[in-house]
Amino acid sequence: MNPEKRRPTKDHYEVVVIGAGMSGMAAAVRLSHFGKDVCLLERHNTIGGLNSFYSISGRKYDVGLHALTNYVPAGVKGTPLGKILRQLRISRDELDLNPQRFSRIAFPGINLKFGNNFEYLESEIAREFPAQVDGFQKLLQKIKEWDDSELDYPDVSARKTVDECLTDPVLIDMLFCPLMFYGNARENDMEFGQYVILFKSLFYEGFARPFDGIRVMMRMMRKKMKEVGVERCMKLGVKTIHSDLTKVTALELENERTITADKVISCAGWPETLRLCSDLDAAENDSNVGRLSFVETINVIEDQPRELGIEDTIVFFNDAERFEFACPDELVDVRSGVICVPNNYEYSDDRELDEGIVRFTAQANFEAWNSLNEESYLHEKTEWFDKLGKSACKFLPIDSFELIKNQSITTDMFTPKTVKKFTGRLGGAVYGSPIKNKPGTTQLENLFICGTDQGFLGIVGAMLSGITIANLYGLRD
Amino acid sequence: MTKDDIQSIVLKIIAEIAPDEDLTGIAPEVRLRDQLELDSMDFLDIVMELRKQHGIEVPEADYQELASLESCANYLEPKFAALKAAN
Repeated sequence: MNPEKRRPTKDHYEVVVIGAGMSGMAAAVRLSHFGKDVCLLERHNTIGGLNSFYSISGRKYDVGLHALTNYVPAGVKGTPLGKILRQLRISRDELDLNPQRFSRIAFPGINLKFGNNFEYLESEIAREFPAQVDGFQKLLQKIKEWDDSELDYPDVSARKTVDECLTDPVLIDMLFCPLMFYGNARENDMEFGQYVILFKSLFYEGFARPFDGIRVMMRMMRKKMKEVGVERCMKLGVKTIHSDLTKVTALELENERTITADKVISCAGWPETLRLCSDLDAAENDSNVGRLSFVETINVIEDQPRELGIEDTIVFFNDAERFEFACPDELVDVRSGVICVPNNYEYSDDRELDEGIVRFTAQANFEAWNSLNEESYLHEKTEWFDKLGKSACKFLPIDSFELIKNQSITTDMFTPKTVKKFTGRLGGAVYGSPIKNKPGTTQLENLFICGTDQGFLGIVGAMLSGITIANLYGLRD
Repeated sequence: MTKDDIQSIVLKIIAEIAPDEDLTGIAPEVRLRDQLELDSMDFLDIVMELRKQHGIEVPEADYQELASLESCANYLEPKFAALKAAN
């Protein structure tokens, strides 16, 4: 028999997890830890999904991870980070989390700095927007009162809710900018529930980074999966989810094998998973495909960015009169974006990254990138690499992209097309579908959705989603 | 299996689930929730680990019986005894 067809080893599993994204892996670990027979199928040759890394000429580049959000110092309990550590039986030390120095929201003429200490942001707002202080407290009260213990919270407009508290459009936009860039799947507005989750994870909690980046998380998850006995099949996707219109009856795999499972949990995305279902028309649910995608440019430079005067860990910038978060008409909207400097974390034991890294991220149009032929694709990449660098550098003390370019050792760039290719997310939608599936259930009683489309955000959120879905539907018999 | 043994078993499970909690000086008669930072996910884990490590089943309706170390011991003692008799 063709060895390829021997994978997976069994014909039936208690649970099959589709996708080795952070949430899928967390679900698999949880279920396997409690004795479930679990098979994890991943179409790609590497784990991590939207959070992964790649190597070019020996240099490793992170994808997805600018910062691990939800960071709290050791000893702070009851937050998502502590929950995932406990639920997955991971020791905090394994993550090698190093806190950020400070970050900044930069609009023309106004800066709001923030760090892993919420009072910092409060004092910045009091300095720049003294007339908004009471309104900001009102917003904090609404955030505090929001009940996030229920999985299926109501879909309330964040714009409307924030408008009831704050009156200065600049402050409103300055707060929306980082929250939207770090996890909003909806154009122009977001669910207030998601606003709350992100506000807590970015501002009340904070940013940290393992010295070796996302690879640390991936090593840990790989080790954990091995320890609890998850059967992991790489480069093996699901071709069709067969059903009797009530439940999943079989999974047809890309190697022509067909297996069965009592339960199926997918982190491949909600519309993406429904597309695999034999009982639905392929494109029936594509209206829920996200429209927000990004380009990211990576500049590897000789010096530590600090030596150029770049002190911030992350900068969220916007140059437009009103901050817009929507699929741009052009290939890239360079008016706003994120600058990430992995060197600028407070690494323990005086460690320092060997090379300087400055990354620029901006909103981009998937269809526009996807329709380019090879030659114009490469040409446009070069063009927009420069345009984005120039636009972003206006918000750095160096003021000129040339300073970074002169020091350049190497560069790279990914586009929405790259995101689609490596994650399978339709439209290169980094944060998934605008309408979330919070209960994680589908039209089939034993098919469940976890991950970004279930409404949790960031790496910690993704893992919490996998854990929640595993606990709810996999462990309660 | 004595009630003290059962309390030790539960404490050992809590130590595995929540290694960041200080378990010295836990008062057996006081609710665990009042002494430790344990949420509903953690309590589900205590139930799951009892099943995994000792073959003890705790139905969802009885979760409240696990509120304190003392109530755990009272509730679990007959279950451990029944299990021993069955083997």
